Amino acid sequence: MTKGATFKALPAALAGLALMAASVATAGTVAPDSVPIEDMELKQSLTGTAGDAVAGREAFADRKKGNCLACHANTDLNEQLFHGEVGPVLDGVGDRWDEAQLRAIVVNSKDVFGEQTIMPGFYTMKVGINVAEDNQGQTILTAQEVEDVVAYLLTLKEN
Amino acid sequence: MAKTYKSIALFSALLMGTGAALAGGPVDDKLVIDGEMEIQTRVAAPEGHPFDEIISGWHYRTEETRALEADSFQNPGMLYVERGEEIWNTVDGDAGKSCASCHEDAGEFLKGLGASYPKWNADAGKPFNIELQINQCREKNMQAKPYKFDAADQKALTTYIKHQSIGMPVEVDLTQGDMQAWWDKGKELYYTRTGQLNLACASCHEDYNGKYIRADHLSQGNVNGFPTYRLKQSEMVSLHNRFRGCIRDTRAEFPAAFSDDLMALEVYVTWRGSGLGVETPAVRQ
Ligand code: HEC
Ligand code: HEC
Repeated sequence: MTKGATFKALPAALAGLALMAASVATAGTVAPDSVPIEDMELKQSLTGTAGDAVAGREAFADRKKGNCLACHANTDLNEQLFHGEVGPVLDGVGDRWDEAQLRAIVVNSKDVFGEQTIMPGFYTMKVGINVAEDNQGQTILTAQEVEDVVAYLLTLKEN
Repeated sequence: MAKTYKSIALFSALLMGTGAALAGGPVDDKLVIDGEMEIQTRVAAPEGHPFDEIISGWHYRTEETRALEADSFQNPGMLYVERGEEIWNTVDGDAGKSCASCHEDAGEFLKGLGASYPKWNADAGKPFNIELQINQCREKNMQAKPYKFDAADQKALTTYIKHQSIGMPVEVDLTQGDMQAWWDKGKELYYTRTGQLNLACASCHEDYNGKYIRADHLSQGNVNGFPTYRLKQSEMVSLHNRFRGCIRDTRAEFPAAFSDDLMALEVYVTWRGSGLGVETPAVRQ
């Protein structure tokens, strides 16, 4: 290779690298329902990137994302009005369940609590009929948002 | 873990360490309109019903909202009753007729009528609700255009007609035509989970009535007050509008108003409220 050729090839090579990086990130993200929940646990991180509890707290409260307060009360979010009472209070939930169990609950609670549960699965394609056009083929939370919410739940400790 | 989680859930519910949590359950109160007419808002459920007791949505609303419904002078829905009465008496269409031209004594003719819908319509081969009946009369007898879904006049006239049965028990006749088959279909839909959130009517109104879902207090989802005046919208809300709203909230596409699916649901859900007194116009959040 001549110097000139290397120089000219550089942008293309960089572009190739960027492409590789993107596909690596996608390959590292576990697709919905591709890893089975066993014994109410999902040990494997969905992204390989550690969850961010601060971002998780936001996704938990955001009505367009987790909207977890619709059903659960949580003292840590007392600044928000009107916590639901359909599910258990989540205070101390990080003491009651470990990370792999919490991930399983958020990904698809039906695999943990049974088919009858009202709690939606936030990272599954096993959903109801006639999904609205805007939501088709999509999970409620992204893989990283699940990791973030799980990291946040682990901070909800009483002991 | 599988066995302990229920008790854990119960334990955490007992803790209720949060001031933001609300306390649910139907309120123990009586609905007496203008201090005169008591409405049956709690009745024993018939054989084969999922509940022991059927309870009106009125019991799940705040004190202020309940009081509005109990005072016909303050109930904003009463304006629609008045408007509906005007429409009843107004000539429209090429035949030069009003509803009153055919049904002379409205007081006598309409008493109890609204409490018995939806009703089998043999010509159409399907159940009719009040809205469909109005549209049929407009087209066939008045030679007027049918109302579009949720047209202001459709809501007002329906409200007026239902109000003429206030306090009378809701009763659907499942022995007529194919009503039973429509009931079956409606029941199936009631338990079918829809949308990205994967929820059925039963997930909310059967399994969790009495609980708060955020700021909303889940009722049994009965229909004896429709059309209802909704404070949130400052408007009368028709039954099919409410159905569609609940379905949309599961992040699903919703069926067309008066489609077979929603008519089947109306037959079934009306039956679930059998015996409750008609409350139209009920006031809701
Ligand atoms: C529509 C209601 C609903 C929503 C929304 C909901 N949950 Fe739940 N959740 C429940 C119910 C109900 C249970 C209890 C299990 C059961 O009875 O099925 C539960 C249980 C749990 C548990 C176990 C709690 C314990 O104390 O054992 C966790 C953790 C949890 N949910 C987290 C979440 C998170 C995080 C979100 C949002 C991303 C969420 N939930 C959204 C209804 C809901
Ligand atoms: C995500 C929870 C949820 C689901 C699923 C749901 N609803 Fe509702 N529904 C509500 C809430 C919240 C209200 C307002 C409070 C109340 O009256 O229960 C409501 C109100 C109603 C009302 C008005 C009750 C009244 O007294 O005015 C009817 C009727 C109703 N729903 C029927 C249905 C039917 C039929 C389905 C299924 C097609 C359904 N709902 C699904 C949450 C839900």
